[in-house]
Amino acid sequence: MKFSPLQKAALTAVGVGALGALLTFDTALAQAAADAAKEAAPAAAAPTPNKGDTAWMLVSTLLVLMMSVPGLALFYGGLVRTKNMLSILTQVMAIVSMVGLLWCFYGYSISLGDGGGHYLGGFGKAFLKGIDANSVSATFSNGVVIPEFVYMVFQMTFAMITPALIVGAFAERMKFSAVMLFTFLWVTFIYFPIAHWVWATPAPDDLAAAAKALAAAGSDAAKKAAAQGKIDELIAAAGWLNQGKGIGEFLMNGSGSLDFAGGTVVHINAGIAGLVGAIMVGKRVGYPREAMMPHSLTMTMIGASLLWVGWFGFNAGSNLESNGATALAFVNTMVATCAAAFSWLMVEWMVKGKPSLLGMASGAVAGLVAVTPASGYAGPMGAIVLGLIVSPICLIFVSKVKHALGYDDALDVFGVHCVGGVIGAIATGILVAPSLGGVGITDYTNITGNNAGTYVFGQQVISQIVAVLATLIWSGVGSAIIYKVVDLVVGLRVPTDAEREGLDVTDHGERAYNY
Amino acid sequence: MKIVMAIIKPFKLDEVRDALTSIGVHGLTVTEVKGYGRQKGHTEIYRGAEYAVSFLPKLKIELAVSSEQVQAVIDAISSVARTGQIGDGKIFVSPLDQAIRIRTGESGDEAL
Repeated sequence: MKFSPLQKAALTAVGVGALGALLTFDTALAQAAADAAKEAAPAAAAPTPNKGDTAWMLVSTLLVLMMSVPGLALFYGGLVRTKNMLSILTQVMAIVSMVGLLWCFYGYSISLGDGGGHYLGGFGKAFLKGIDANSVSATFSNGVVIPEFVYMVFQMTFAMITPALIVGAFAERMKFSAVMLFTFLWVTFIYFPIAHWVWATPAPDDLAAAAKALAAAGSDAAKKAAAQGKIDELIAAAGWLNQGKGIGEFLMNGSGSLDFAGGTVVHINAGIAGLVGAIMVGKRVGYPREAMMPHSLTMTMIGASLLWVGWFGFNAGSNLESNGATALAFVNTMVATCAAAFSWLMVEWMVKGKPSLLGMASGAVAGLVAVTPASGYAGPMGAIVLGLIVSPICLIFVSKVKHALGYDDALDVFGVHCVGGVIGAIATGILVAPSLGGVGITDYTNITGNNAGTYVFGQQVISQIVAVLATLIWSGVGSAIIYKVVDLVVGLRVPTDAEREGLDVTDHGERAYNY
Repeated sequence: MKIVMAIIKPFKLDEVRDALTSIGVHGLTVTEVKGYGRQKGHTEIYRGAEYAVSFLPKLKIELAVSSEQVQAVIDAISSVARTGQIGDGKIFVSPLDQAIRIRTGESGDEAL
């Protein structure tokens, strides 16, 4: 990637992290102002999308869609009993379809499309108003943009898969109408706001332009005030976890939390909503006395493998363009997953006596979850360590903690996604350290060294923990309220007889296998 | 006439069929069944949830033979279905009152 001197100056100056993480902002701006003042650069033409970036992001979008259908649907479907196979497949595909519509109606606008404040965006782009084939969205690099339609539809696939992850927790017993009503309320009140908190970020080009205007203003107080006003406006529209302002200003000491591809927004968020659901919907009839064996681990393996492949769109695609940082996220996603799959297999072999396929598939997913927030920040060796660590901890949760506490998280959404997500989120704050092979707190398009911020171990880890807690609390409490509302409106559970017969026949009137 | 019902290991079916054909048995019926005997079953573990699988898959074969043929049939089945391990199965013999071939209306030994 080639940068003009002006772009280089702005890159050095503007500390915009991957999908967020704007750090030590004031220092960066001051430096930008100084640099910009030195350079008498000509006015740059408006950037246009690069064909390579556009193609990569469209492919990434397809990969993330493939994670949901059929990847996640098969992964979950194989784990339930024969009589509930279609209910899982239907729920996942129905959620994907419905959320895609909601995303166009208002989801994109209130989460990422239309500025707003620290806690929620505006309705200015509801029904995709004002977006056409020539609209562009900023990436994390100065002078690099992608078509807004591409950005919109890429982020749509994230909103689709997150509520689909939750269904594993209350599988085999929740009413289809309740699942749909829950999903509608949950994405509206939980997912869209959290996506804004973490991912709403000012465009690097806007910041650079404002910084330049501030410098150019010199002693002209009016111009200076106008430029400063522009900067304040940009910051005010950024999410609080991203920016470290608003609630974060107090809690997070001005530091932003790091979440490359959605460890908090997607996995912790879905995982805790799943746990609350498993508890509020209640245990399956016969759990844990009756054997509830997975009906097809073959499909689970196919699903896990599709998730693994699709996850490259999720993590590497989250760079929003195609460059070296994309490749780093790609490599981290690969090696962390290998490490986690292998470590679950080995630990299970040692502890339980046999290396199981389901264990390995679970380990692969746990590794993918854990590396999600770290994928653009850690070095490959850090990602491997993360993968090796996450599996044994998730294994303890799904095999010991779940049984000890007695909740029926049918497909281990909490044990894998929430626990793996928390480990990944906190580890991201550690593995980003340059001394551990991480990229440091930097504009990650500029890996070669020009760090825009200073990495402070304690401060960064605290920021990560705050982001984790904020997500756990908002999603946990919010989900509990939504489950209660759904229970009052349509009822959460199917009747016991219907549950015994299986949701395929009672909810959907069809059977998965007619031999 | 006798009816011979045997429970065997699933992978022994082809050998049993060959052995029976060679002694002149012309038909048998096979059913996939589950059960337990001295072979108690085994444990399966799914993400730490242990399930005792106490019913094991077996095949049940049933054939009607003339009284004179019974001993030969028993010998044929026991010799090829035996592995020497627990779980090889059992053979049951019981009397058969009547047999009729539906197509022709033949009855008794002629229908076998």
